[in-house]
Amino acid sequence: MSVSVDKSEPATVATDYRPTPARRPRRSGVHRGEAWWALAMLVPTLVGLGVFSLWPIFQTLYYSFTTWGAFGGHEWSGLENYRSLLSDSELLQALLNTVIFTAVTLSSVPLAIVVAALLNRPGMRGLAVYRTLYFLPVVTLPASVALMWKLLLSGDYGIVNWLLSLLHIDGPYWLSNPSTAIYALAAVSVWSSVGYNMVILLAGIQTIPRDYYEAAELDGAGKIRQFMAITVPLLTPSIFFVTVITVINSLQAFDLVFLMIGVNNPALDHSQTIVYLFYKTGFIDHDGGYAAAIAFVLMLAILVFTAFQFRLQKRWVHYV
Amino acid sequence: MSRAESVVPSSRRPRDKGSHSRRSSNVIPHVVLCVGAVLMVGPFVWEVLTSFKTFAASIHVPPVLVPNPFDWHNYLTVFQTLPFGSLFLNTVLMTLARTAGQVIFCSLSGYAFARLRFPCRGLLFGLFLSVLMVPSQMFLIPQYQIIQHLGLLNTVAGLSLPGMFSAFGTFLMRQFFMQLPVEMEEAARLDGANPWQTFWHVMLPLSRPGMLALGILVAIWSWNDLLWPLVVNTDPAKMPLSAGLASLQGEHLTNYPVLMAGALLASLPLIVAFIVFQRHLIQGIASTGIKG
Repeated sequence: MSVSVDKSEPATVATDYRPTPARRPRRSGVHRGEAWWALAMLVPTLVGLGVFSLWPIFQTLYYSFTTWGAFGGHEWSGLENYRSLLSDSELLQALLNTVIFTAVTLSSVPLAIVVAALLNRPGMRGLAVYRTLYFLPVVTLPASVALMWKLLLSGDYGIVNWLLSLLHIDGPYWLSNPSTAIYALAAVSVWSSVGYNMVILLAGIQTIPRDYYEAAELDGAGKIRQFMAITVPLLTPSIFFVTVITVINSLQAFDLVFLMIGVNNPALDHSQTIVYLFYKTGFIDHDGGYAAAIAFVLMLAILVFTAFQFRLQKRWVHYV
Repeated sequence: MSRAESVVPSSRRPRDKGSHSRRSSNVIPHVVLCVGAVLMVGPFVWEVLTSFKTFAASIHVPPVLVPNPFDWHNYLTVFQTLPFGSLFLNTVLMTLARTAGQVIFCSLSGYAFARLRFPCRGLLFGLFLSVLMVPSQMFLIPQYQIIQHLGLLNTVAGLSLPGMFSAFGTFLMRQFFMQLPVEMEEAARLDGANPWQTFWHVMLPLSRPGMLALGILVAIWSWNDLLWPLVVNTDPAKMPLSAGLASLQGEHLTNYPVLMAGALLASLPLIVAFIVFQRHLIQGIASTGIKG
């Protein structure tokens, strides 16, 4: 994007325009007052984002240094909230839960790579049908996803435990057992993100020229070898992108905890995510100051994780 | 960040039908994909089957596969328990307002960033990008306070308002406008059209695919949004479906047939819309990598 404003060019309209083939201006006929038009077109978004996004960032930052009273009102308390955060075992546990949730959800990426690679095979039929089926969970209301999985994972009459019982395995109460709950949530998260990741990866995989595979085949490389030596390396930019987005989204997980675990669940401490803790603190306990500090920690966590991935990408992402 | 890099020209799609690797059989891939598809669709099938079961059949062990008798009453119970009509209406209105807002406002701002020259353009755009990086939870408490001050708690307007503006949408539309050819626009300008006329008569008709992609992404995000509705709406009659279903769960703790019927009804409109607009949605996601 080059924005060269040619000051020498007269800011006039079409009337005295003469084509100068020798020096073709990049943008001819600059309209007088273009900046005013731009301002007019930007105003709704500028005002909207200013009020609902930009200002709230600073306000939240400010709140994170305040203590909220039980009857409204808040007062400056410096680093008090952050000091409490450091020794808040509930928050540390929530951070750990979120990291586990994110790590497990990331397994949707390799799964999606395999699905995309299979769909991209020459002569493969039914691509549109498979894609629709795999994508279905992505467009399904989270409340609906949560309810259907609650039924499937139910300890007493869930079909998952029934299937396990056929193998003589005594399935746990997945969602109320503190040692399984977060993994059960993450498994549902994998299920609902495979299709989304697959669509992005498929778009990437389709740009790999077929010739590469044919050349490899002539050299006697098997399918697995082709996948590892051609598909995966050439797909790394898409894989990187999908990984970054999956991490950002997983670190902000809320819906599944709210819908599948709930306030009275004995496993809540071991399955609540940072955002759930933020919601509970800010909007159920009405402790806005502390909630703001949690939100700030979340933002930092996202920044750190994302920056880390961008640093690591040099080691494994190949841009052609 | 890499959002821009992942814009993939879909025309460059080598599909050599007669390629020699075609000889290799696709049976095993189909088996693997079918197993995967069963895992993906199985829960939906179970949801549908359960929604027609009697309560006793739904908690029977071993599981009853086909509902017998077919019980339609669960769907009636949903309507009797929840103000389903108003939940549905709230969801539709909120989705329409956010979608229309973002498509209109983001087209305008995206065009300004893509094609108009004005002071501090780079700085302003950088500001937009930085908002894009911040998790939405950072906005939530002040947004709630603003909606409260405006007296819009428990209204559809309050539900919709903050979601009508978007840094991401602006970014998406800017990318879209930038890849359109400049020639027609220049011709319009030479004919004396001002930036608004150029935008309205020349660029807007060309940008329909971009607006459609943005619109679909925003619609999905709106329909499924849960956290914001939970925060601003506590009155069940003013909730959208996403939050309303959660309260159905409270009342019918384990009445799974009713819960499944409600869940199915609430997610069906978006699933149908997805199947209709599938091509545009897939393209939108493949080129932006964002589901909204």
